Amino acid sequence: MQRSTADFKRRAEAALQNVSLQQAMAKAKGGFVDKRRLAVNRLPEFEQIRAEAKSIKEHTLAHLDYYLDQFERKVLESGGQVHWARTAEEACSAVLAIIGQSGKQVLKGKSMVSEEIGLNAAMERAGHTVVETDLGEYIIQLAHEPPSHIIAPAVHKTRDQITELFHAEHEKYGLTGLVTETEDIVNEARQVLRSKFLSSDVGITGANFLIAETGSTVIVTNEGNGDLTQILPRKHIVTASIEKVVPSLDDMTVLLRLLGRSATGQEMSSYTTLSTGPKRTDDQDGPEEFHVVIVDNGRSEMLGNEFHDMLRCIRCGACLNHCPVYGAIGGHAYGWVYPGPMGSVLTPLMIGLENARDLPNACTLNGRCGEVCPMSIPLPDMLRTLRFKEHERKLSDARARWALKAWGLLARRPGLYQAVTGVMSTVLGRIGRRAGRFRALPLASGWTQVRDLPAPQGATFQRLWKGRR
Amino acid sequence: MSAAREQIFTRIRRSLQRSAPLAAPPVDRLPAPESNVRPRLEKDPLACFIEKLHTAAGTVDRVNAVSDVVQATADYLDRHRLEPRLVVAEHPLIHELIWPAEWEIHAGPATGDDHIGVGAAFAGVAETGTLVMLSGADNPTTINFLPDDHIVVVSALQIVAHLEDAWRLLRDRATVMPRTVNLITGPSRTADVEQTIQLGAHGPRRLHVIVIED
Amino acid sequence: MTCLVDLFRPSVGFAAVKLLEQTGCIVAVPRGQTCCGQPAYNNGDQQTTADIARQVIAAFESFDYVVAASGSCIGMIKEHYPRVLKGDAEWFDRAQQLAGRCFELTAFLVDVMEWQDVESSFTAAVTYHDSCSGLRELGIKQQPRALLSKVSGLALKEMEDSEVCCGFGGTFCIKYPKISERMVSDKTAHIVAAEADCILGGDMGCLLNIAGRLKREDSRIKVYHVAEVLAAMTDQPAIGDGKS
Repeated sequence: MQRSTADFKRRAEAALQNVSLQQAMAKAKGGFVDKRRLAVNRLPEFEQIRAEAKSIKEHTLAHLDYYLDQFERKVLESGGQVHWARTAEEACSAVLAIIGQSGKQVLKGKSMVSEEIGLNAAMERAGHTVVETDLGEYIIQLAHEPPSHIIAPAVHKTRDQITELFHAEHEKYGLTGLVTETEDIVNEARQVLRSKFLSSDVGITGANFLIAETGSTVIVTNEGNGDLTQILPRKHIVTASIEKVVPSLDDMTVLLRLLGRSATGQEMSSYTTLSTGPKRTDDQDGPEEFHVVIVDNGRSEMLGNEFHDMLRCIRCGACLNHCPVYGAIGGHAYGWVYPGPMGSVLTPLMIGLENARDLPNACTLNGRCGEVCPMSIPLPDMLRTLRFKEHERKLSDARARWALKAWGLLARRPGLYQAVTGVMSTVLGRIGRRAGRFRALPLASGWTQVRDLPAPQGATFQRLWKGRR
Repeated sequence: MSAAREQIFTRIRRSLQRSAPLAAPPVDRLPAPESNVRPRLEKDPLACFIEKLHTAAGTVDRVNAVSDVVQATADYLDRHRLEPRLVVAEHPLIHELIWPAEWEIHAGPATGDDHIGVGAAFAGVAETGTLVMLSGADNPTTINFLPDDHIVVVSALQIVAHLEDAWRLLRDRATVMPRTVNLITGPSRTADVEQTIQLGAHGPRRLHVIVIED
Repeated sequence: MTCLVDLFRPSVGFAAVKLLEQTGCIVAVPRGQTCCGQPAYNNGDQQTTADIARQVIAAFESFDYVVAASGSCIGMIKEHYPRVLKGDAEWFDRAQQLAGRCFELTAFLVDVMEWQDVESSFTAAVTYHDSCSGLRELGIKQQPRALLSKVSGLALKEMEDSEVCCGFGGTFCIKYPKISERMVSDKTAHIVAAEADCILGGDMGCLLNIAGRLKREDSRIKVYHVAEVLAAMTDQPAIGDGKS
């Protein structure tokens, strides 16, 4: 996928000025948070299950080769095929080879890894027509935009924008009325996409889990589009990354108890579907071919290193929903596939820290993401670790590094430090005494462009304390 | 095996500081499914199943015998003013039902023209009000997704407390995994327009469950 | 003594001392301290952080307890010093030993000293901002509220999203001023909506940010550190207010 991570600051500022984006984000904001809180409060065992989920994932990661091998065996036993891809390019090539000659109509269920590998663009270049079938994905496909949220891809769109978009894009199907109510919007999309479901050659879905015990791929959805995508066309292709594997059905069950609650506040999504091989000989429907494309794309390198914990991520989106920075700027400002806290960790690891220098820094380390993460991923710590790396590699802003260095020298010399701060606070305190604050101050424009700076009271505590004793 | 596979496995083992495949399978993390922490049910499984299904916007009828399914279906069609044209799975639980002669009934799979689908669940899960549907010659998956109204028959004997219990039943079946296992919890829905929940996105607009308590 | 209190608002330090003395503690303020090192830590400079951590440990480890009127500085010492020094066995041990004796002021008063005999009156409708480090690293939520409930005349009006970050985030607020602006203006909007006359909190960073934004919005809502209210030291101008 195209990336504009280097442009974070400008894109974030533009997002803050974008009225419709801000309207859409304001509407979404509380909903996710409240629903998750209610769902978690209704499950007294939540913390125990969270601990259990972590241990399942850790066990699986510690034996990842074993479980992937088991999964592959089971897929083969059930008549499916497994394709391995080291990189995004290899993954796209594998999918294209399975689709076959050009000119096919390809259905897609929502899949973040397919965004990561840039699959849609690759298929379109190869002459295929791609139809995103998740309503949110469909909306942004019509708008030629990437998703702005990992579970709610069109969360940045207002209803009015969707109305206009459908009006412009559905005319070719003879649908010329303006649909303004949510129900009518959904129905119109249902009508348009229903005909696509019934006329496509290939269906591609992602996977929330791969089950080693049975060789099943699992999707967790609400719309049913992922199911129609895989049962109607002749070929079902699953794109999944290596860390999605879990040992057994029971292990998946533990993760399912956390996924819906953390994502949308549902105890269980409408549809959780396990797909195992192609249709059986006496089945009356289902795909004739079943392919699983398993993508590494840098993950095997994360295993065991300081970012290992990130491989526990189940893509629930809770960290996005609870991140005040994400809430302010939306997902597009982050500039690549994965936004918010999990994206600020993953993106630099996948596209290079030098290409995403802002992401680990654009965070107040308020800790809310780590608090709600169902897999107990220490996201703030990982963002800080990326900052260490930026500092080591001198990727951070040179001026900021010098300022930090000067401050560091001072902070390690208490006597000098107290002399300097003593003078500073006395001077600033005297100047600011009447107003109590500064509206502008040299060298502090980052602060004073958006808020006043309260003036110091006068002498420092240390000076007053010395005087008192 | 492909070079890509080889290299991915090599990298994984290098990261795990192992040079060869595991000599023996890893000790099972969970010796028995019973060891999962399971949410405590506040009621008996059937009551819980029904309550959770309602929460998920499904509707439920309880009948005494298999033969009552026809009347329950007729009542459902009346309530929603639906034409009696049904696609019905040939599942053993329901395939001996005698439907009114004037109804238009055909066996699966469903097509885009079917508006009402009737199928049978392998199990119901009390914990979340979830139906477990297995694909097969007698239960085509398209019935679960193409019609606007999805009617599912389940025996009260098949209502289990937790999903782990359903997996145990599934493993006991002796046959291999069916192509598709659908865990269905309420009708199709979307919140992709301004995070407002709207039922009937691509799949069924309504889900109606008939529980046979015999 | 946190660096922001030292520099901007010594009255918070004196309020903390007064409260600690009311509970019977003997208070010392070591000269060998400057800052806890968060600016270096959160900007990726591990070396400077480790040096400062050793300096802080050396300055404080001879005391029974280390108390600061800040959740974020105590969180730094308690949670992060052991990590910063984990490569150095001797200092790691010393860091861990110190960590067990470090407390944020309100937590120390309520949980350790089991003291709630607040002698203060403050007639105002106040709302309380839960600063992120205090809340999430140290679990501080009820302690300040328990103490404030003993202040005569004070009515606590909880605001919406009191647990959401105010947008300070150390150097974040000057690196990304526009994002920070949105976050702090959301915070001030909630403060206004709570119909409070005064906003209190336990960390100077948040309070400088919130006060600065309220002033920029020409708000008359007052900002104090919770220690100042508990110690009956609200006679001086509130944060960001001038001498009248």
